[in-house]
Amino acid sequence: MSNDTSSPKVNYLNNDYSIKSWLLTVDHKRIAILYLIAISFFFLVGGLMAVLFRFELATPQGDLVSAETYNKLFTMHGMVMVFFFLIPSVPAVLGNFLLPLMIGAKDVAFPRLNLASWYIYMLGGTLTIFAAISGGIDTGWTFYTPYSSTYANTAVVTAGIAVFITGFSSILTGLNFLVTIHKLRAPGLTWSRLPLFVWAHYATSIIMLLGTPVLAITVALLAVERGLGFGIFDPNLGGDPVLFQHLFWFYSHPAVYIMILPSMGVISEIVAAFCRKRVFGYTFVAASSLAIAVIGFFVWGHHLFLSSQSVFAGMVFSFLSYIVAVPSAIKVFNWTATMFRGSISWETPMLYVLGFIGLFSIGGLTGLFLANLAVDVHLHDTYFVVAHFHYVMVGGVIMGYMGGLHYYWPKITGRMYNEFWAKISFLLIFVGFNLTFLPQFVLGQLGMPRRYYFYDAEWQTLNVLSSAGASVLGIGYLLPVIYFLYSLKNGKIASQNPWGAKGLEWEVADTPPDPHNFHEIPVVTEEAYAYAKEAH
Amino acid sequence: MGKAFQFYPEAASSFAGQIDNLYFFLVALTTVMTLGIVAVALFFFVKYRRRSDDECPEEIEGNIMFEITWSVIPLVVCLGIFFWGTNIYMGMVQAPPDSVPVYVVAKQWMWKLQHPNGRSEINELHVPLGQNTRIIMASEDVLHSFYVPAFRTKMDVVPGKYTSLWFRPTKIGTYRLFCAEYCGTSHAGMNGWVHVLSEADYAAWLSGNVANESMEEAGERLFTENKCNTCHAATGNTQLGPSLNGVYGKSVTLKNGRTVTVDDAYIRESIFQPLAKVVAGFNPVMPTYETQLNEQQIMQIISYIKTLKPVDGQEGGHE
Repeated sequence: MSNDTSSPKVNYLNNDYSIKSWLLTVDHKRIAILYLIAISFFFLVGGLMAVLFRFELATPQGDLVSAETYNKLFTMHGMVMVFFFLIPSVPAVLGNFLLPLMIGAKDVAFPRLNLASWYIYMLGGTLTIFAAISGGIDTGWTFYTPYSSTYANTAVVTAGIAVFITGFSSILTGLNFLVTIHKLRAPGLTWSRLPLFVWAHYATSIIMLLGTPVLAITVALLAVERGLGFGIFDPNLGGDPVLFQHLFWFYSHPAVYIMILPSMGVISEIVAAFCRKRVFGYTFVAASSLAIAVIGFFVWGHHLFLSSQSVFAGMVFSFLSYIVAVPSAIKVFNWTATMFRGSISWETPMLYVLGFIGLFSIGGLTGLFLANLAVDVHLHDTYFVVAHFHYVMVGGVIMGYMGGLHYYWPKITGRMYNEFWAKISFLLIFVGFNLTFLPQFVLGQLGMPRRYYFYDAEWQTLNVLSSAGASVLGIGYLLPVIYFLYSLKNGKIASQNPWGAKGLEWEVADTPPDPHNFHEIPVVTEEAYAYAKEAH
Repeated sequence: MGKAFQFYPEAASSFAGQIDNLYFFLVALTTVMTLGIVAVALFFFVKYRRRSDDECPEEIEGNIMFEITWSVIPLVVCLGIFFWGTNIYMGMVQAPPDSVPVYVVAKQWMWKLQHPNGRSEINELHVPLGQNTRIIMASEDVLHSFYVPAFRTKMDVVPGKYTSLWFRPTKIGTYRLFCAEYCGTSHAGMNGWVHVLSEADYAAWLSGNVANESMEEAGERLFTENKCNTCHAATGNTQLGPSLNGVYGKSVTLKNGRTVTVDDAYIRESIFQPLAKVVAGFNPVMPTYETQLNEQQIMQIISYIKTLKPVDGQEGGHE
């Protein structure tokens, strides 16, 4: 079965080299690569903006850029990173590539729709870049009214339309995944045998499908108020600005779970493969994904504790926010328990698992501060919040996404990456991340509000630390671009299953996979991660 | 300001101690849990490292007792934190009845503050030590948020409605006031200082530069200038509009049969959108004063209406 030689064979990469075969492909694997390229581009754009405003914040005075430019930079950074990197990264790249391979299908349920999703994403992305060039947008990525609907003089409607359009990419991907998981599982692949990556994407797809339309409606209402003067959110027109916050967070809080759940799915796969063990408490890890998806829809009001929302509503939302913390804790404990008596291999993907556990623990536990009615009064809208959501969303997604890219790189490209540089890159990212965001917790507790162009001199030391961390982080992100690209031509040829991992994608599919994934439909006869059963 | 570096903000209100206790409990919990879980993971990582390539560990399915333990303990801890925080919060929501009001109008990008005696300030707030102080806020444009880190208190200022917060300063000093809700270009410049003064210093400050008129006097002047008294005559009922004598704090019956309490929010709404809640027995004839009066003037009129005592034999409202 194993095929270690570079025998000439047809795979999804070499079956056709034309540009047209890429741009019109309906192969989920090629679409994943289209996403990988596009998402990397947007990550670079969003990252450069962060580097610029971190340089600005290295001194207390506003000196490097103007206040208007600073406001546009943090707005565009948030918008690009949230809608064009964090939300699509794991599902659109790794999810697209792996779901059909993991469940033994030839492709997703609707291959053309899958390609359409990518084009919709690109259209939304292009419009965002256009909005950035044609004046930018300075409302904050949260678009709070009535500033966004009445007072801002920037390209709010263009950016709003971009978000509106991109949302459909997400909706269609969610729909595609749901149908794929329901209808295209290979014979014998029952629900209780599904890899946890598939469970995580199932839960994510539910949120995408149910939540994203609300974002589209919200942005549409904003555009109607701004463009046509219909009073919806602006009190001068008879509207209610707090209504906007409810609608916005009804999507945007669950969106955090759209980002983090797929990443958790990746972590489950890696931890099993690199410990050569079934994930401890499989059922609990799978069920906690669904629990997070469901409860996650009922906690949005914890963003509105100080918005003049009623005190009783605040209590309910605080309570539910504490409940949603529990399934996340269950996952972390189970991954750690999986390592117990495992056979742990020290390659880069496993380092990202450790990184995930560290960053996500800090991110999750600092959420307990902000879910608290009393403590949030002090910390709300300060740098503490900025640090918290970067740990959860960015820390969580980056660790899962990078871990997954390294783990699946041989499957995707047929080549091995350079292990030494990958480990250096991991270290830089991990250290840089903590250096960037740990000081921001302290800044928040000291009272530094977020979105400030200049600040009190006594906060400079902590800001300089944070800016220095961002530079380290930037180098950590650039290294993989180099060694991944280098590996495409010069990397060691990957064997079919270089990690010795279980799963249809490693054991049955070729590396890189055949254009149609499998030569014949695989039949599944065992549970996921049945490492022990194979041995003797 | 000479401090080069600090880890702990000044604590200068009656809430600060309680909130900081919970805050430091959470810091300890986060530190212990994170270091604990990372230490266990690293220990396993080293202890169970792969020693040979054909190693195959024994299968461990899971353990229901472990699952229950690490679900229930976090749940109980979370609920404890919830009740702890909610308990503190309940004391922060309702201002004590003896609170002295300060009226605040937020606009891009400044804070306009007015004391009941008419003394007004911009981006500065003087308050006496130990005095329960209630900040009543309105916005002339976008969202803002009134934030005094040393008091551990903050509240959004929302256009179209009144919001409020209260505090009792416990330490003489000068503290930062920030706008915490992003409000446009000069958001970072929308800040100032809160001066907590001793009783004597505060009295001196308050009389130092008395305005020509108190808030009530300004309200009375506006009430006459805008001809409010034509329909809401202070001396008696003109049949055109309800009398306002002694009406503040009472509840009145509306045309649709509902009742509403006459408070700051209702008076403000009735001036800006008079037809929204018309008192039973009156015709919906009042025009809006949205373009004639600004938020600060409304606050002055409210202060004046509060002073109007009930006149005998005249229906104002009922308890």
